[in-house]
Amino acid sequence: MTTRDQMLANIKANQPSVLPLPTQFTFVSAFPDLTRQFVDILTFVGGTAVLLPDMDAVKKHLQEQYIGLSSIATTVPALASLSDMKLDVADPHELAGLNLAIIEGPLAVAENAAIWVDEHQLPQRVVPMITQQLVIIIRQSTIVPNMHDAYKQIQVDATGFGTFICGPSKTADIEQSLVIGAHGARSLLVCILP
Amino acid sequence: MYFCTYVLPKQMMNVGLFIPCYIDQFYPQVAIATLKLLEKVGCTVTYPLQQTCCGQPMANSGYEHLTGGCNDNFVRNFADCDYIVSPSGSCTLHIKHHLHATNETAATAIRSRIYELTEFLTDVVQVKTLEAAFPYRVGLHQSCHGQRGLHLAQMSELMAPPFSKPGQLLSMVDGLELVQLDRRDECCGFGGTFCVTEEAVSAKMGKDRVADHLRHGVHYITGVDVSCLMHMEGILKRANSTVQVRHIAEILTATL
Amino acid sequence: MNQLSLDHAGAAIEFNKNEPRVDWHDETLWFVRTKRDRAAAQVPEWEQLREAASQIKNYSLSNMHDLLEQFEQNAIKNGITVHWAADADEHNKIVHGIIQKAGADRMVKSKSMLTEECHLNDYLTRHGIEVIDSDLGERIVQLRGEPPSHIVLPAIHLTKADVGDTFHKHLGTDAGATDPQYLTEAARQHLRDTFLTRKVALTGVNFAIAETGGFVVCTNEGNADMGVHLADVHIAAMGFEKVIPRAEHLGVFLRLLARSATGQPITTFSSHFHRPRPGQEMHIVIVDNGRSRQLGRPDFRNSLKCIRCAACLNTCPVYRRSGGFSYHSAVAGPIGSILAPNLDMKLNADLPFASTLCGSCSNVCPVKIDIHDQLYKWRQVLMQEGYGPGSKTAAMKTMATVLESPRLYRMAGKIGRGVLRFAPVTVENKFNPWYTQREMPEPPAESFRDWYINNKKS
Ligand code: SF4
Repeated sequence: MTTRDQMLANIKANQPSVLPLPTQFTFVSAFPDLTRQFVDILTFVGGTAVLLPDMDAVKKHLQEQYIGLSSIATTVPALASLSDMKLDVADPHELAGLNLAIIEGPLAVAENAAIWVDEHQLPQRVVPMITQQLVIIIRQSTIVPNMHDAYKQIQVDATGFGTFICGPSKTADIEQSLVIGAHGARSLLVCILP
Repeated sequence: MYFCTYVLPKQMMNVGLFIPCYIDQFYPQVAIATLKLLEKVGCTVTYPLQQTCCGQPMANSGYEHLTGGCNDNFVRNFADCDYIVSPSGSCTLHIKHHLHATNETAATAIRSRIYELTEFLTDVVQVKTLEAAFPYRVGLHQSCHGQRGLHLAQMSELMAPPFSKPGQLLSMVDGLELVQLDRRDECCGFGGTFCVTEEAVSAKMGKDRVADHLRHGVHYITGVDVSCLMHMEGILKRANSTVQVRHIAEILTATL
Repeated sequence: MNQLSLDHAGAAIEFNKNEPRVDWHDETLWFVRTKRDRAAAQVPEWEQLREAASQIKNYSLSNMHDLLEQFEQNAIKNGITVHWAADADEHNKIVHGIIQKAGADRMVKSKSMLTEECHLNDYLTRHGIEVIDSDLGERIVQLRGEPPSHIVLPAIHLTKADVGDTFHKHLGTDAGATDPQYLTEAARQHLRDTFLTRKVALTGVNFAIAETGGFVVCTNEGNADMGVHLADVHIAAMGFEKVIPRAEHLGVFLRLLARSATGQPITTFSSHFHRPRPGQEMHIVIVDNGRSRQLGRPDFRNSLKCIRCAACLNTCPVYRRSGGFSYHSAVAGPIGSILAPNLDMKLNADLPFASTLCGSCSNVCPVKIDIHDQLYKWRQVLMQEGYGPGSKTAAMKTMATVLESPRLYRMAGKIGRGVLRFAPVTVENKFNPWYTQREMPEPPAESFRDWYINNKKS
């Protein structure tokens, strides 16, 4: 017998008779203001949010925010003029020098400020981690209350990879003191469009 | 003399008093206070004379399989009581969860009829007032087996509405000022044989628990389990502290 | 002294020799517990979520065979290579084989308690493969030649001064520098180079989804992602109990995991892997290593529901005051104490006794494992199977004889009100350990029974 068959046989012999799945495993979160909730939590986890009326305003804001910065790349056509690097590279190692990545997030979650992105947004999977600074543009209308709602909307295997991003990378592994900027992006700015 | 308000008729209150072995031997005043308190709220109390122990010291050490004789003895003593009441959350919990005996029918009945003292007072007798006075700052130690095992009080781990059966009773005592602790339900580290097999951690836990009470300027530490109180008393005495321990029954029967 | 070579009580004595350090360790972990409390309190349906998580896991355990087959099928369809390992050794060999096939002699690895359990690093190092742990805490302890002391916070036993010394020695940071920001930045630079140069990256698995044949890896640092997205080969190692039925169940677990672990609303990255990126190889190693045996123990199978959040460690008053190494096994704390005896009863017979059975662990656990009840049950199993010291068994037999006989009990009581003295105190101990730091109660003149007969009985 192969290890596989032996393991499966042992498991079959030892597992208890089948138990029911819970009848309730999704819950409703009633936040009075989804955007407010999202912004509060994002701030709590070390990110920054800014509400802007349109793409032009985003462009202006980013120009002011990241003045003098080079090695910028974006997947957003309207912001192409800000970039001097491309994300659509054959080898992800080419992104090692990336200072700022500007991408879009198709869905955000109010309860925990997580933003879903998958390969539709990411020409390379490593983009949101390898970049020094990260900007994600979301729309207010795509903020859902909680994770149950999020999983109803996304299809986890629509592409080969997808991730929920919540704030900049961080660690508290040294004496529980929080340090922003572990191995991933050092900062996360979320631009919220109507 | 009845100076308490209670709900259930007296004749229903035929109570067998279970006094754990270490209370019997080392803290008879707690047993006496328990007896007086139960009589004060209108119960007819009997103390079966052939009782010994709940068997927990063996069972928690991994020797539940040796408790058969002890359990049979327990059942012989208490099979006839309407209620069994004990001034110990830990021993009560042990009986409730682990009492099995040759006469299993009687054991099953006992498991459902045994109560820790404070839950018996709040839930069965439904005491609303108590004429007692204890004009001191008091810290309540929430003994784990009573609190998490018997749900005598809401535990801090659960996201659920707070309540405290011992706290409810203490609030009926004149002059008593109950302090809020920094860690309201951390274990004191007694843990049965743990207190000697894991001496280092046990003593440290005890010291930390006592320190929380001392930081809040208590005069007395109380609780529903003498075992925990004995542990903390040992630590207080070693530190020559003037703070004393009192079982809750002693406070609920205290007068000026 | 090496704490790992002692039993729990012995290691705890060592740990407690430095009381201010114990206080610091206790406070630091209690702080994590309070963060968890605050995060949980913000979710009104917290207790219902725990119940749902518990039931999904119960279902998964009861349907494990089919879920694993379904997971395997779908993973293969996704282009992932699936391996099965009966034990630690087979797991290590499989991983080694994949590395060799890739023509690599070094690997970067993010956090995986399973590889700790299997001692993968030792194995690979012995076979000439260099492994670098990329989680900051794991890297710190790796540089020190120590195992992690906590499943979520691997270096929680170390102060920033300790870390400063370690980094000064290994990474060339300034002598005496202890600023966490500075030290983290040094590790970031050092590991960035590692990420960029490794062809093989290994991650753990938090959840495997049967329905879609994918898996989820959660980190705050982004180290798992940095490793695998830059590597040609991604190896994901998982105990078989990580499988859950459907993607929608992740909603429950991701809401609970980080809140229970660190009080965060969710980890920074919750990455869902379904297919290798073009040109990449993706491997999953599904490991048993005693899990199917544990699944067959009705009293203990629930321990396999664990999602490794470490809330039970943070809340445990014993763990906080004895440190992770006192558990001498890959997983410390209450959950470790109910998992370890399954792996080796003799070696780990002390662990279920490293508890007061206070029950805090079971109530903080997001998947509602009855941890403290299992500790109690392991005690019974271990003593019945003869893993207790003979002196203890003899003492317990004497106690049983005394307590079943009211007459003997009264005699023993009268002899110096000695019940307490003969009960816990004489077990295994020549001197009285109670007395080391605590006074004995003063024996009263008469027992309650004597008083009752004199005053009450008509
Ligand atoms: S046993 Fe429960 S509390 Fe402990 S690590 Fe596992 S899931 Fe978390």
